[in-house]
Amino acid sequence: MKKSAGVLAIMSIKMSEVIIQGPNVAHTHSGHDDHHGHEHHEQHFITKYIFSQDHKIIGKQFLVTGIIWAIIGALFSVFFRLQLGFPNDTFPIMEKFLGEWAKGGKLNPEFYYALVTMHGTILVFFVLTAGLSGTFANILIPLQVGARDMASPFMNMLSYWFFFISSVFMFVSLFIQTGPASGGWTTYPPLSALKEASMGSGLGMDLWLISMALFVVSSLLGGLNYIATILNMRTKGMTMTRLPLTIWALFFTAILGVLSFPVLFSGFVLLIFDRNFGTSFYLSEIFVGGKALPNIGGSAILYQHLFWFLGHPEVYIIMLPGMGMASEVLSCNSRKPIFGYFAMIISLTGIAVLAFLVWAHHMFVTGMSPFLGSIFVLLTLLIAVPSAVKVFNWLTTMWKGNIRFTVPMLFAIGFVSLFISGGLTGIFLGNSALDYHLHDTYFVVAHFHIVMGVSAFFGMFAGIYHWFPKMFGRFMNPTLGYIHFFATIIGAYLIFWPMHYEGIAGMPRRYYDYSAWVSFNKFDGLNAFISIAAIAVFFAQLLFVVNFFASIWRGRKVTTMNPWGSPTLEWTTPIRPGHGNWPGEIPEVHRWAYDYKDDGNGNDFIMQTTPLRPGEEAH
Amino acid sequence: MSGSLTIVLILLVFIIVYQIAKASEYATILRDETKVNAQTNRLMAWLLVAFFFLGLWGIWECHEALKGRLLPDSASVEGEEYDNMFATTMWVTGTVFLATQAILFWFAYRYQATEKRTAFYYAHNNKLEIIWTTIPAIAMAALVAIGLKYWFKVTDEAPKGHATVEIIGKQFNWLVRYPGKDGALGARDFRKIDDANNVMGMDWNDQKNHDDIVAQNGEMHLVVNRPVKLIIGSRDVIHDVGLPHFRMKMDAVPGIVTTMWFTPRFTTAEMRKKTNDPNFVYEISCDQMCGKGHYSMRGTIIVETQEEYDKWLASQKTYYAETQAPSVPETNPVAPSADTTKPVASKN
Repeated sequence: MKKSAGVLAIMSIKMSEVIIQGPNVAHTHSGHDDHHGHEHHEQHFITKYIFSQDHKIIGKQFLVTGIIWAIIGALFSVFFRLQLGFPNDTFPIMEKFLGEWAKGGKLNPEFYYALVTMHGTILVFFVLTAGLSGTFANILIPLQVGARDMASPFMNMLSYWFFFISSVFMFVSLFIQTGPASGGWTTYPPLSALKEASMGSGLGMDLWLISMALFVVSSLLGGLNYIATILNMRTKGMTMTRLPLTIWALFFTAILGVLSFPVLFSGFVLLIFDRNFGTSFYLSEIFVGGKALPNIGGSAILYQHLFWFLGHPEVYIIMLPGMGMASEVLSCNSRKPIFGYFAMIISLTGIAVLAFLVWAHHMFVTGMSPFLGSIFVLLTLLIAVPSAVKVFNWLTTMWKGNIRFTVPMLFAIGFVSLFISGGLTGIFLGNSALDYHLHDTYFVVAHFHIVMGVSAFFGMFAGIYHWFPKMFGRFMNPTLGYIHFFATIIGAYLIFWPMHYEGIAGMPRRYYDYSAWVSFNKFDGLNAFISIAAIAVFFAQLLFVVNFFASIWRGRKVTTMNPWGSPTLEWTTPIRPGHGNWPGEIPEVHRWAYDYKDDGNGNDFIMQTTPLRPGEEAH
Repeated sequence: MSGSLTIVLILLVFIIVYQIAKASEYATILRDETKVNAQTNRLMAWLLVAFFFLGLWGIWECHEALKGRLLPDSASVEGEEYDNMFATTMWVTGTVFLATQAILFWFAYRYQATEKRTAFYYAHNNKLEIIWTTIPAIAMAALVAIGLKYWFKVTDEAPKGHATVEIIGKQFNWLVRYPGKDGALGARDFRKIDDANNVMGMDWNDQKNHDDIVAQNGEMHLVVNRPVKLIIGSRDVIHDVGLPHFRMKMDAVPGIVTTMWFTPRFTTAEMRKKTNDPNFVYEISCDQMCGKGHYSMRGTIIVETQEEYDKWLASQKTYYAETQAPSVPETNPVAPSADTTKPVASKN
């Protein structure tokens, strides 16, 4: 390993010579199309960094937008945690931020619900969908499959800008007088359909729906592009079974998104109709605001079916990129191939297929037919099998490895730990007989925050720390990274572990204040404890933000092409790859992505581009 | 002023931490980098192990601190099965949790990089894959079997001779309706709802409605050891009847009737004795986000003996008498309503 770094350093110097050598060499090849390579270099700032069609820039745009949203979403959780932890105190600082929503430093219940709703919407969609797969699908797919760019760079650019406009709508909704949507991130009608039912169901909900509709467009444009690129633009020799697992994971993520987001969209369209054009898709027999509405014959449950038909695959849209990146990082830092590569692909396939067949486990207590419920119990618990296979494969990947604890490796280990913890509680909730009591309690809050909140974030952090050198040509500061890791994993368990107890005791989620409830107010002290832990974790995340932005300009420079000693293709590009990724020909691939064996030159890995040795068999 | 001062202070702390971290990065380069990296690697391996053991200790402490605040034994006969099933699932998942987490952190520590170690190239083993596909599949099948057995039992028809009580959610309280002596609930129509005189929209042309009793204080009276079927509905948005002590809940959806049945095991008085808590009360929580007052949508259940229940019922006026025939003298309904309990009681 140590030697290899030296060898690579020399290689990279040679490479940079090639780049510096003469404009001709670099120029003719750096455009994604050789024919107009020359004009390409005189790019204006706007076309290079803003309306860019370079997948790497678009990926960074998604990432930075995602980080900004994550800060907003996390700040909201701090505000409502203050209310939950200290319902009898006032916090004048909140009034500074929230104005009349927190008059005298006390959060108003309606705005409490708006904050909870926005926290969920922002983190599920804007951070862990767009910010996560938007970032890594963009940065990694062309680099790891060996393509100059996405199949359609223009559509790719549109994908980001639709996301941006969607973000603008959502952001604007935070500032209107009646506040943003406040019916929960699932926005179940009739609550979300009737202006009379809640203040947030007025203009705030309209903006929410517009924003989400645009978001779906963004997600589809991105997803179709990712699928097309992976299927059609792999370099010579890069068969599907030589792809790194990150690409497989992002591939399934895109398929899930493309197949399920349109259903969500249709659900939203019907909701828009019900809200504005007097239809009765979701409304029936309602008396609200002192009068009976004319709507008859609709079904409020229909919305839930449409919503969760996306909503559940959405969970895997959030999880799969993290799974892929954790696989990659675990393997690279254990200096071992990922164990059971094919089993990993099969289990990803299993998860992706089952993801479409389990949505109604969110609806066991809606009065749905118990027989239908029983089918969903079976299919839901079935998904534990491929998940377990993945965990065992990760553990075996570490077995007898030579483990380097880089920051991304720690986050990948944390990912596995949290995935186990959060996954196992899913076995309780997926069993309708247990969900009969646990449904919509803090047990659910604990479960999904650990498994698709924190765990997915750990996958994302592992990815950011690991590919930061590829994105910016610099390293993030490892000391800050280590502090960030331990503060976050300890804090996350402190926040969410005790919540299981609250849930077992039946404490409902989405309550503004528990003090009137004799069954639940015995958790007052615990709620304060959780709030303090949450605020501490929030500040630990700011440490990451500081590290991220400072390292873009001040981080330690990357001096070797392949700083982590990884065999995959992205590390064959220059340290700061230009538009088009490879200055010369796109390299040909000869082996799979995990050839961590002695290459005969003192390296403990063999690049995918290295031809097979005589007598060597391909994986 | 103090607010901005805090922000400046926080910023300062971040800058200091960043500078220290940055300095340590330079120091690493100045000193022998491989040596520092090896040291860091060892430290991280130790910290991970420490995290694992501290975590175990934390889990223990958390359990000790909170176990007293969990719910008492199930207050419904059916919920006992829930408690058993929860325990079984806890054993299965708890074992897997401990084993996999221990292996994860143990491997991290045991196989930390050293100069002598070389990683063992081990790419796949189909036998292992088959083993760890089959075992979870069997375990899941067992849990599904136990779960569905209970699920079909509680979602089946309520046993014969059950009592019937209707509970309707509205923003933001519960309305409870008891069938009168006819044992049947009369028809409702949401278009007839009137907040002053007809909160449930009862159709007065339906004779069955005339003896029904409506409680608007969110209180529900039930008889111990007698199965009760709740007829659940909503006037406006989706609510959810959550009965944590009885281990069940069911959504209240406008336009749809849902049901849920159970058999209370302990009267409120018995439960007070059992939990050593004179303020104990069965609570009905709303478990589906329903608007700004969601958190205050509290109902209570009073489980009592048949005699106590009869006495309480005798003191209630029918909703019809209360709203439609205010001229009827107060004392009159008492005598007939004493009768109303008879058919109900005889079903026992």
